[in-house]
Amino acid sequence: MGDYFLQQVVNALSAGSLYALMAVGLAMIFGILRLINFAHGDLMMIAAYLAAFSLGAGLPLQVAVPIMVAGTVLVALLMERIAYRPIRGAPDVAMLLTSFAVGQILQNGTLLVTRLADKPQQIAFPSPPGLGGVTTIGPITVPQVNVISFVVGTILLALLTIFVTRTRLGLSMRAAAEDLVAAQLMGIKVNRVVATAFAIGGALASVAGLLFAVQAGQINPYIGFTPVLKAFIAAVIGGFGSIAGAVLGGYVLGFLEVFATALAGIGDLLPPGSVPDPVREFLQQWLPSSLASYRDAFVFIALILVLLVRPQGILGRRDREDTL
Amino acid sequence: MTGERRLAGPIVAVVASAVLFTLLDLSGQAFWQGLVINLAIFIILVVALNLTSGFTGVFSLGQIGFMALGAYVSAILTLPLREKGNYLPNLPGWLAGVHLDQTVGPVPIGFLVATLIAGLLVAAVAWLVGRVLMRLSGHFVAVATLGFLVIVRVVLFNADSFTRGSRTFSNVAPYTNLWWAGAWALLAIYVVWRLKRSSFGREMFAQREDRVAAQAIGIRVMEPRLLAFVVGAFFSAVAGALYAHFITSFSPTVFYFDLTFRVITMLVIGGMGSVSGSVVGAIAITVLAEGLRRIEDTTLLYGMSQIILAVIFLFIITFRRDGLLGGREIALDRLFTPGWRERLPWARAGGTTPPGSPGQSP
Repeated sequence: MGDYFLQQVVNALSAGSLYALMAVGLAMIFGILRLINFAHGDLMMIAAYLAAFSLGAGLPLQVAVPIMVAGTVLVALLMERIAYRPIRGAPDVAMLLTSFAVGQILQNGTLLVTRLADKPQQIAFPSPPGLGGVTTIGPITVPQVNVISFVVGTILLALLTIFVTRTRLGLSMRAAAEDLVAAQLMGIKVNRVVATAFAIGGALASVAGLLFAVQAGQINPYIGFTPVLKAFIAAVIGGFGSIAGAVLGGYVLGFLEVFATALAGIGDLLPPGSVPDPVREFLQQWLPSSLASYRDAFVFIALILVLLVRPQGILGRRDREDTL
Repeated sequence: MTGERRLAGPIVAVVASAVLFTLLDLSGQAFWQGLVINLAIFIILVVALNLTSGFTGVFSLGQIGFMALGAYVSAILTLPLREKGNYLPNLPGWLAGVHLDQTVGPVPIGFLVATLIAGLLVAAVAWLVGRVLMRLSGHFVAVATLGFLVIVRVVLFNADSFTRGSRTFSNVAPYTNLWWAGAWALLAIYVVWRLKRSSFGREMFAQREDRVAAQAIGIRVMEPRLLAFVVGAFFSAVAGALYAHFITSFSPTVFYFDLTFRVITMLVIGGMGSVSGSVVGAIAITVLAEGLRRIEDTTLLYGMSQIILAVIFLFIITFRRDGLLGGREIALDRLFTPGWRERLPWARAGGTTPPGSPGQSP
């Protein structure tokens, strides 16, 4: 039982790291532009394809990763320049819908490219050496990629914190998030700040994409949709627009998800004798293992509850415009 | 005098579509009939979304969830008794005995009842959901309603005994024909048009333009939003029922983001807030998508048509955010009244401005 619990903690930390990596990108861009960039998930998908093609061509991981990151950052910068800059300052919903259109273009563009390259729509992800396999920590055995996700996630998020608190560009970014117009009046080059946010978001999303693809084992052009929704939920839980909030929200969501799933079917899992029989029967009846497949529904109900009860999230500030 | 003239435009439009439908029905051209039925279903969806989102500014992405519920509820209700036994063996007793497959002469009256039940049931669901979600604004309501869409999908995939889960739900009777689809589309257009001109409609537009100012002069916010959400959900469910009995086999995967985005594209291209714009948008995109699909089938460049539609969407939202009609109406009721020439949507000078023409609040 203790081992099972520990294993779930590792899973939760790993899932939480991926959500945090995605949510931070969303939160940075939202903080500056008030744009919910739904195409963020498709950056992750493009990274997975770039990695799959590079690794498939026989390149070692040390070469494939830089190609992947550079390619994804390029796509992120292009989408900002082509699609989002012309409508900067438009109503919220117009920007949100634009990001849907960008997502459609990226997904179907990938579909078209795989088609032209004579590849099937769904491809197996070539598990690179050093990322696949399992590892043993004390009494438990977990997939190695879960541990790597947590370690890499923590390092990258620490680097990001240093960047936004200790560098000039990071400071400009926080100023722009505080008040875009005032920042511009103070001589901050907003275009550069926005491009930086997209570049960093793209780089973090690309790493998340690689880790996600290794965990999933196969990729298709639509894998970005669910993660970006989850990352959005994470960002809302933490407090939208705040980087620290996004990280916290990512881990909270990771734990919520893993433990909600583990809780379904708990009645069958508890060792005999540990609980009285009526309790076990009650658990088996009300928390059957079949509930686990409803996980995504519960996650969204949690989101709606947060939006209603505390729309500013755990760390965010109240924005009066957002609710009645 | 003017009263008669006001009726002339709509009557001409209804008679013209009736003649068109009769010709199409007699021609036996299955492809064109299918295209027009498809178009009618999309018109219902876009008009309903326009009411829910365009009129009120509360952008809902959950509409296709209501459509999915409507499709499944009506399909379960119309399934004949003997097929129900083999097909959905685990239905609870009170539902297993229901079979709305009765016909009176050539009219499938059971289908009409099933459609109405599905619509009212979904409207009730929308009322419950809307009471909670209509408090939100901006992109938060968009994402919360997107959450509703995901929840519906998860439930449809997992409620095996009602929906067969991820397996295809087939054997639905092909009740939907030109006349059913056309009549429902006309009804949807009529109801939404009347709502726009009602005091409820004006409240919707007023609170969309400036919520605080509207509240300050005593205009309600919650009630018009909720009404728009519930009526929109009713017609979305009707569209779902029509779709189910047109396509005759479907699975939960159909009712998801691609369809949502398709309907939004039609709405934005036609112009939010304009009922005639919705019809124009639905026609334009349905025809364009069909043409592109044929090119795609011959060139095998799958994905290309979606890219082209998304690029068009980007251009519209960047350079002409109020849509092709700019939020104005092709006012059928004033088509034959004096001075109609100045009221054409492309005649910029003169003419009365319908409520809420400046698209969205700044």
